[in-house]
Amino acid sequence: MTVVRHSYFMTIRHVRELLRQPWWIAVTLVQPVIWLLLFGALFKNVVNIPGFNSTNYIEFLAPGVIVMTALFASGWGGMPLIDDIERGVTDRFLVSPVKRTALISGRLVHSSLTIAIQSVIIVVLALIDGAAFAGGFGGVVVMIAVAILLGASFGALSNGLALLARREETLIAIMNFVLLPLTFLSSAFMQQNLIPTWMQHVADFNPVNWAVVAGRSAVSANPDWGLIASRAGFLVALLLVCLAFATRAFRTYQRSV
Amino acid sequence: MLMESGTKIESSGAVVVEAMIEAEGLVKTYGKRDKAVRALGGLSFRARRGTVFALLGPNGAGKSTAVKILTTLTRPDEGQALVAGTDVVAYPDRVRRTIGVVSQGTGVDIQATGRENLRLQGQLYGMRGRRLEERASELLERFGLADAADRIARGYSGGMRRRLDIAMSLVHDPQVLFLDEPTTGLDPEVRADMWDQIAALASEQDKTVLLTTHYLEEADQLAARVAIVDRGKVVAEGTPEELKSELRGDAVYVELAEPAVDGAVRDALAPIAGVREVAVDGRALRARAEDGGRAVPSVLQALEARGIEVLSVRVARPSLDDVYLRYAGRTFQEAESEETEVKK
Repeated sequence: MTVVRHSYFMTIRHVRELLRQPWWIAVTLVQPVIWLLLFGALFKNVVNIPGFNSTNYIEFLAPGVIVMTALFASGWGGMPLIDDIERGVTDRFLVSPVKRTALISGRLVHSSLTIAIQSVIIVVLALIDGAAFAGGFGGVVVMIAVAILLGASFGALSNGLALLARREETLIAIMNFVLLPLTFLSSAFMQQNLIPTWMQHVADFNPVNWAVVAGRSAVSANPDWGLIASRAGFLVALLLVCLAFATRAFRTYQRSV
Repeated sequence: MLMESGTKIESSGAVVVEAMIEAEGLVKTYGKRDKAVRALGGLSFRARRGTVFALLGPNGAGKSTAVKILTTLTRPDEGQALVAGTDVVAYPDRVRRTIGVVSQGTGVDIQATGRENLRLQGQLYGMRGRRLEERASELLERFGLADAADRIARGYSGGMRRRLDIAMSLVHDPQVLFLDEPTTGLDPEVRADMWDQIAALASEQDKTVLLTTHYLEEADQLAARVAIVDRGKVVAEGTPEELKSELRGDAVYVELAEPAVDGAVRDALAPIAGVREVAVDGRALRARAEDGGRAVPSVLQALEARGIEVLSVRVARPSLDDVYLRYAGRTFQEAESEETEVKK
């Protein structure tokens, strides 16, 4: 119970911080829109490739953009933690009775809320642009949920790395190295059976692709619930591993200060 | 052992912890193998309930590391530490509830207002509702932050942030307060104001304060007892008066016109009764005399007789700086610059 209460206090702190930076809210809201419209226009003719199963690229793309947005928003999630470490805020918390998990989960809840809001904007925009989302409301909820699972995993990973690296440069380097390749080694923009074979195999082990595949299936006319459940299961397992890593990173951090 | 010596069992059966902070043989090394830096090399001390205890030493002496261990932020490699009778390694959560910490630098969240900072800090200690709001307002008032309470802390001055740090450390009314270099980096006037605040805290009933500082005057002014820390160890401990009185007599400082040879000066001053511990460093001559005022004419005569020209003479009552020189074998400034070198 204490963990939940402490997580709530920390979430409030992060949300309040965001609300005080209007231009940052603007960037957060506009960016996914740009992804959707930009990639939508860029790859518009992809649907004409023989073997492409969809006639509406926006509908195909929306789950990909949602997952990409979740990935990027949380991949950089460790940056504010580095700020906190540099300002002595983290050390102040660590000598108080705050639950260690709350220091991470507060940030994850905050970024999950952001992802949810961004996803809703993308869904609405895609609907306006002609997407049907035959899977209906339930499908959309599942799609956003798997995106949040992925986001939470990378958020925990990013926070753990922040605690170990304690330098913004290091975290930027790692995330730059990881985020874009993971996005492109997935079916976010291109149907999986149309990308090179080796990439298809890599994509099978790519958490980003798990989220894209599950989300896309959930909003399709005939959701493959077995596939969705297995990919969601992988993502839950990944989240648990990343949370364990982040919690351990606190211990390593405390040994080194 | 450690437990028994620091604890007294009253006739009523209640256990009263007399030594609120006890450190025994603390060792801490950072880094590995050839890069390893030993921050603490067996640091021990004991601070009594209701007093201000100062750890005095230059930057890099290990004071902050000691505070980090005592406040459960990090663990010692060896040794034992008890706060309010509780082992900091075995029961960190229990210790955290009894202590307030103002760490070096600041811990203020500059994106939040002063009141929000205090509120969150209180919430983490399980405070809530009206009691929390009243406590926050009371502390903001007490530390002169009432007017700035609802402004974002980013706009606070260094002194205001420091006061907010102290207010936050007090929100749950801790028994033991750790102040790690609370006045470093503050303007002289702000520092004087901070001294008043700390002195007021100390006079509060039953609060034990551990203060670390590299300002000799600060330890002298505020602390009931001082432990001098050098290279990760306590090299001397006592009340400021005790430490100073161990150095019998006054310090005599003589400024010479030309750099002199140590031996020559020593020989010159050797026959004068009551003058001891003669040391020459370039043009600076330092000695100790039972009665400084009376020794000065003889010292001047003896130097003149050897043709050593004198520019000025100063007699001073012993300071903590002298104490430091005596125990650490170097002056405070030397130690400071040496430690800075090491850090580079």
